Amino acid sequence: MGRYIVRRTLYGALVLLGVNLATFFLFFSVNTPDDMARLNIGGKRVNQEVIDKWKAERGYDKPLYFNPARQGAERFTDTIFWERSVSLFALRFGRSDAESAGDIGHEVAARMWVSLQLALPLFVLQLIASTAFALLLALFRHTRLDFWGVVACVLMLSISSLFYIIVGQYFFSRVLRLAPISGYVGGWDVLKFLVLPIGLSLLARLGGEARLYRAMLLEEMGKDYVRTARAKGLSELAVLYRHVLRNALIPIITSAGAYLPYVFLGSLVFESFFGLPGLGAYIIEAIGKQDFAVVRTMVFLGSLLYIVSYILIDVAYTWADPRVRLA
Amino acid sequence: MPKFVLLWTDAAMWAMALALLAYVLTVLRRPGLRASWARVFADPAALAASVLLLLSLLITLLDSVHYRPRLPAAAGADATAYDTRTHSLLDALLVRLVDSREATYSRPLSYLGFTKESVELDGRLQRVAPRLQFGGAHLRDPQREWLADLAWRGALGLLAGAAIAAGLSLALLWRVGRARRLPWRQGIASAWREGPVRWRVACWTLGVLGLLAGPPAMWAGHYHVFGTDLTGNDVLYQALKSIRTAFVIGTLATVATLPLAVVLGILAGYFRGWVDELIQYLYTVLSSVPNVLLIAACVLMVQVFIDQHPEVFETGAERADVKLFLLCTVLGLTGWPGLCRLLRAETLKLRELEYVQAARAFGVGDARIMRRHVFPNVAHLMLIVTVIDFSSLILYEAVLSYVGVGVDPSMNSFGGMINLARSEMSRDPVVWWSFAAAFAFMVALVLAANLFADGVRDAFDPRARVSRARLAWRKANP
Repeated sequence: MGRYIVRRTLYGALVLLGVNLATFFLFFSVNTPDDMARLNIGGKRVNQEVIDKWKAERGYDKPLYFNPARQGAERFTDTIFWERSVSLFALRFGRSDAESAGDIGHEVAARMWVSLQLALPLFVLQLIASTAFALLLALFRHTRLDFWGVVACVLMLSISSLFYIIVGQYFFSRVLRLAPISGYVGGWDVLKFLVLPIGLSLLARLGGEARLYRAMLLEEMGKDYVRTARAKGLSELAVLYRHVLRNALIPIITSAGAYLPYVFLGSLVFESFFGLPGLGAYIIEAIGKQDFAVVRTMVFLGSLLYIVSYILIDVAYTWADPRVRLA
Repeated sequence: MPKFVLLWTDAAMWAMALALLAYVLTVLRRPGLRASWARVFADPAALAASVLLLLSLLITLLDSVHYRPRLPAAAGADATAYDTRTHSLLDALLVRLVDSREATYSRPLSYLGFTKESVELDGRLQRVAPRLQFGGAHLRDPQREWLADLAWRGALGLLAGAAIAAGLSLALLWRVGRARRLPWRQGIASAWREGPVRWRVACWTLGVLGLLAGPPAMWAGHYHVFGTDLTGNDVLYQALKSIRTAFVIGTLATVATLPLAVVLGILAGYFRGWVDELIQYLYTVLSSVPNVLLIAACVLMVQVFIDQHPEVFETGAERADVKLFLLCTVLGLTGWPGLCRLLRAETLKLRELEYVQAARAFGVGDARIMRRHVFPNVAHLMLIVTVIDFSSLILYEAVLSYVGVGVDPSMNSFGGMINLARSEMSRDPVVWWSFAAAFAFMVALVLAANLFADGVRDAFDPRARVSRARLAWRKANP
């Protein structure tokens, strides 16, 4: 297991390097730093002098990959690639491109906790709610309850999450005044700001996930060991909980794990709609302001989280299914 | 003669329509495929959904013929000038809706404006809602006539809708009956009652659609059925135009994933070894970046390029269209890993099967084995994933538009409508009709796509049938 994790980590580092190279190429070769400067400064006051100043402030005035003006190792380290791309591995994110914004690392550290507050309870509740609903449908399979449950799932997954948010905000915040429309405070008071986004996000994803999990459960239920368990005289509930659920847990963990990176990155749309100052809202702001430094950083962070979560999922397999041996 | 404009997405959509036609002809010739598709349409939900999708496709194709009308020649000018705005055939059909701009918001089917204006009445300054320029303008005494006018137009619409639906249904049944080589009356009766494909479901769907669309079509000539937006544009028109955007994204972006996914997936599974390692590395890199971020990064770069080179595009519509086309390409280039992984796994299984081994023993080349023996046996996966992705991409477009990397703001799309609706819903009194229209159209389209995708998956993937709620239910309650 230890060796497996080491190997996966090394492969993850290789993947991260690929992501890094690809992003750098995408951001600096398609458009020159001059183009970015012009776009970011915007308006009429663009001249070469302003552009040069903008580039110098952010360290974009260096050569891309190789600096012939320097000596020794500095030929490689005193370049945009080294300072803005390789440094990400040391989690040094540098300054953002926008005029007023400051250090990205500082923002990320502060905003990560907000995202966690939203996404961690959401992740756990989502898993519980979807699995519970799927279990209910599987228990009452081939009945009216199951049929209409699946119909409801299909209907729910055909509705864009934006509709849930807008209707939910309108209904619960404006008409019923149960929760504030948007905003954020520190401490325990944050709960009342989190209830609505968590509830609506649960609802928005319930249909798709419950249907998927139901299919996974039913596939397990068709197997021989289930018939054996029933033949032993076990009750349907015991079969479902002790046998089927344990075995269906592997595909469920895999599909739920795909959301794990977003536990840290936060849900983009929900954070932005509910005015939560998390990483998701940060990304949307950065895209709106065309702040490429932030977008590059978030691409890197996102893939880092993805790789870490996949290693975690693999470890979770061994817990869910003792037959799985990682080697 | 107007000047015809072939936009990039137009060309792509027509190519797609031709490809669809070619596929239909292929299906008709091959008994195996034909049986699978008969299973798809034997599912009533899928059949009903495909009627709706076909209708949307029709609207999309109508909206994919663009031209710039010729302007009346100015005195003394020799050269013919063309309008700077690009119209489509759909615009020409809905010309009344395009030309019927109000000043600002108005409620659905209303004859009064939404916002009150100060008007001098009987020597006093009063706040009254003004009459609309277009909505209900034909009414002389709207307070008395309005309801009756709506009622008789609605009734007429219902009748017309029912009549058109009945006509189309009869034509469909007649065609099916003729294919069964029956005289026309028995043919129609047999098509209605018998057969694995329940054609009467299609007829019922047509009927419901006719009844739903009839009254609005009648009202649309004299009212704004879904009201107007902030700038006074008809919301129904926007919703109809958004169908094309959704369709283009749903189809183009999924089709754009196919070449990479199919070629790389089969290569990786077939050759294994270092080819497999390399391709796996490629798609792990791509899929390790959260999708929205990857798309945002690519779209931002495209945007910078377009902003730096404005001279390439003749009109605003062309620029918006190229952006849409590039968005689909980006979605395609970032979306292939999922299907690629599936195809690789399937190919790994297939390459060990006897018929592939036999082909290899006979000395058939690798390329030929992949084309003739592997590809046809993974094609069903391709089809299933394509139809499933279609609906999720329509939903995705709304999110991307919200994030700011979606379609051009000048192009009508459901995402754009929802975006505007967000601020409208927080007004007091609330402006709900744009939101409601986007909701109704989008849910109908996505639901139809989902039901169709379910039907396709059940018919082509025998494993999926285990979890089918409908079939099992019918067996339990005959």
